[in-house]
Amino acid sequence: MSTDLLRWIPLIPLLGSVINLFFGRAMGKQRAGALASAAVGASFALACYLFWQLPATGIFRDLVYTWIQSGSFQVNLAFQVDALTAVMLLVVTGIGFLIHLYSLGYMGHDADMVRFFIYLNLFIFFMLVLIMGDNLLLLFVGWEGVGLCSYLLIGFWYHDDNNTIAGNKAFIVNRIGDLGFIIGIFVLVAELGRQGIWTLDFGELQKHVKMLSPGTITLITFLLFIGATGKSAQLPLFVWLPDAMAGPTPVSALIHAATMVTAGVYMTARLHFLFALAPATLAVIAVIGAATAFFAATIALTQNDIKKVLAYSTVSQLGYMFLAVGMGAFGAAIFHVFTHAFFKACLFLGSGSVIHALGGEQDMRKMGGLKTHMPKTYWTYVVATLAIAGVPFTAGFFSKDLILWQTFSHGAGILWGVGLLTAGMTAFYMFRQLFMVFHGECRADDHAKAHLHESPAVMTWPLMILAVGAIFTGWLGAPEYLWGSRWDHWLAPIFGPAAEHHGTVSTELLVTALTLAVVAAGIYLAYLMYGKPGAQTAQQTANGIFYDISLNKYYVDEIYDFVFVRPFTALATFFASIVDPWVIDGAVNGMAATVRGFSTVWRGLQTGNVQHYAAMFLVGALALLAYYLGQLS
Amino acid sequence: MDTASLIFYLLATLLVIASLLVVFLRNVVHCALALVSALLLIAVLFVTLQAPMVGVLQVMVYAGAIMVLFLFVIMLLNPAALERQRGLWWGFGAMLALMLAGVLVPLVMTNDLPADPVAATELFGSPEMLAKSLFSDFVLPFEIASVLLLVAIIGAVVLAKREN
Amino acid sequence: MIALHYYLILSAVVFAIGVVGVLIRRNLIVILMSIELMLNAVNLTFIAFSRYLGSTDGQVAVFFVMAVAAAEAVIGLAIIISVYRHRQSLDPQEMQLLKW
Repeated sequence: MSTDLLRWIPLIPLLGSVINLFFGRAMGKQRAGALASAAVGASFALACYLFWQLPATGIFRDLVYTWIQSGSFQVNLAFQVDALTAVMLLVVTGIGFLIHLYSLGYMGHDADMVRFFIYLNLFIFFMLVLIMGDNLLLLFVGWEGVGLCSYLLIGFWYHDDNNTIAGNKAFIVNRIGDLGFIIGIFVLVAELGRQGIWTLDFGELQKHVKMLSPGTITLITFLLFIGATGKSAQLPLFVWLPDAMAGPTPVSALIHAATMVTAGVYMTARLHFLFALAPATLAVIAVIGAATAFFAATIALTQNDIKKVLAYSTVSQLGYMFLAVGMGAFGAAIFHVFTHAFFKACLFLGSGSVIHALGGEQDMRKMGGLKTHMPKTYWTYVVATLAIAGVPFTAGFFSKDLILWQTFSHGAGILWGVGLLTAGMTAFYMFRQLFMVFHGECRADDHAKAHLHESPAVMTWPLMILAVGAIFTGWLGAPEYLWGSRWDHWLAPIFGPAAEHHGTVSTELLVTALTLAVVAAGIYLAYLMYGKPGAQTAQQTANGIFYDISLNKYYVDEIYDFVFVRPFTALATFFASIVDPWVIDGAVNGMAATVRGFSTVWRGLQTGNVQHYAAMFLVGALALLAYYLGQLS
Repeated sequence: MDTASLIFYLLATLLVIASLLVVFLRNVVHCALALVSALLLIAVLFVTLQAPMVGVLQVMVYAGAIMVLFLFVIMLLNPAALERQRGLWWGFGAMLALMLAGVLVPLVMTNDLPADPVAATELFGSPEMLAKSLFSDFVLPFEIASVLLLVAIIGAVVLAKREN
Repeated sequence: MIALHYYLILSAVVFAIGVVGVLIRRNLIVILMSIELMLNAVNLTFIAFSRYLGSTDGQVAVFFVMAVAAAEAVIGLAIIISVYRHRQSLDPQEMQLLKW
């Protein structure tokens, strides 16, 4: 098969976006949406085909054209598909396709539906560039592009200022991370260049990075990780993700659960050879990952908005992925990316279904008892919740347990403990959500109750497909004592053969058992507080200081505002109102005034009197003559 | 002191006095007359310097034609009032001129100038010599000078015409 | 014999007097006359050099200076007549339209 096929994978969604941009209005909402969905579907078909063909060759490359050529430094617009990219491709295009279908239903009544699909296709294009790029610069182009689309989509309903503010927040916080990323790229190019190698190709980098000193590698990886912190919402740059829930729910599902936020994890996996050489950075990554997981879970415990719970849950699960990266278990991290994409997308789309059914209500305190009215949504939600909690034989069980096992067996006891507690909290808050939304009495107001209905097929079919994935995708990465991991085998060409066992099978079983115990405890506690009939009303009155801190997300946004935003705004105001008019304008105007002053003085010479002018000639002539006189003597 | 020097000093003194009169007399006609006398004195100096032809030309053209023209115009315009004097400016101008003289005089006192005149032939300064030079070496400037005079005539007529 | 210097000094003095006239007199005709005085001083220099270097070139130069001085006096007087017709005055101080 021709490697030219590769470029079509990102190109078709781009074309879809452009066609909708020019002709979408004329085509009408339904046709525009169908075109966008078909474009992503075509990319998915191509991705499947590539996936099927991949084992024979190991890697496909497609050089489109030479982008930068400066001396011996060359960066190409080129795509590559290896085992890692193939997996990501399936996730992005497959889940992207399902979400496009879902959006046909969810956004069906929205007047701006065409614009939505333009942005969504554009996002798919940039995400594909990110994962298919064969060099770090092209990855960064995709990185920036998805940030842009995220901004556009979060602020989609821009008539409400809060949405645009959320979009701005996402973009600006990402930008802070991107600064670290860019500086990391610069240092990498410069340091390698000093050794005579000028390249950003992943293949070339892998061959040559050992030439750099450990200190340099630690610096570079640390800077790159700062970028990942922004994009993948880790401490301290996670604050944009909860606010990003202002966007439409399909956006939250696609971008802020399944694909864009995993870009940071993908980047570290892509550059695993670099990170593997910097144990200090890996330690930092692990600590931040675990801390983020714990921190976000504690906030999710008390949130009342259905999407906010899922948002903090996403931040928490991303923390797990980085914990795995920090342990050097890149395969496990990508495995969790893979399974998480399915169950988190399913949860978000399910919540969208609920919101859609209730006519826009998002407060869980005003829900309840929906399982009888929305059975399909309910059952898929149950499956996904089981998956995220880590109930045995669901996808989440295998991937999360693998991460916890890797953490434990690498000797990071404290981090493992934190991860364990977080797993318990995850189970608790997810089941709390399940019970509050679907069980018990319906607490919705009458207007919403009248509106209540199960979602149309175009929305429930993706839910069902994702729910199936939420169970069975995990079976690809089972531990040794079950039926072994096809996952590690598939990714072996990239990450090397699976690491040997650090511990015995019995230790592994013990760890798994502990995890299950904690999870069960979490579920039971949730049942006691929210699931038992009559229990929910009692919870309204339970308020302690920890509850308040958690509910207000530890006042992180307020702290950031006080520490960073206000001084910066004050500085900007100072420059705008004092430095600009007085110093800069003053300098320019001052120069003009000085010239004017001088000219006013010299003007006096122009008396209009010819005799005065003659006198001036004479003075000049005298000067010359005096000079010659001086020369002579 | 021999005759030549005496004549020279006399002529020089008279010339300087005449120039001062030109500049400092208040009546314009008086100034014109002073200028005529200055020109005549210069003509005599020319003759003493063995340039008889030029001396005669000086009298005929300068003192005769140009000064007559000046007098015509003075009579035509008939300026009535006498000028007022402005002390400050007079002082300043006089000082500048003194400075000019003060600079020029040392300049011309350089030592590599011939003190004695070159022995001259009888023909030196005569019309023949002048004519030979004029019509062979300097024929082009001669022709151009004629054109210049023509242009001057036309220009003067145009400028001074009474507008109807 | 009289050295060349003396003629040159005389010429310089007459020239300076002419300059005084140009600078300080407030009658256009007198200014023009002062200019003629300056030109004559230069003529004197030319003739003196011609005599002392033994070359007729100086006299030819004077010849041309005279021709040009004549032309210049003619034009100058024509301009003075023009100006007088417009401004009814021969005072250069009253012609300061180009003052800043």
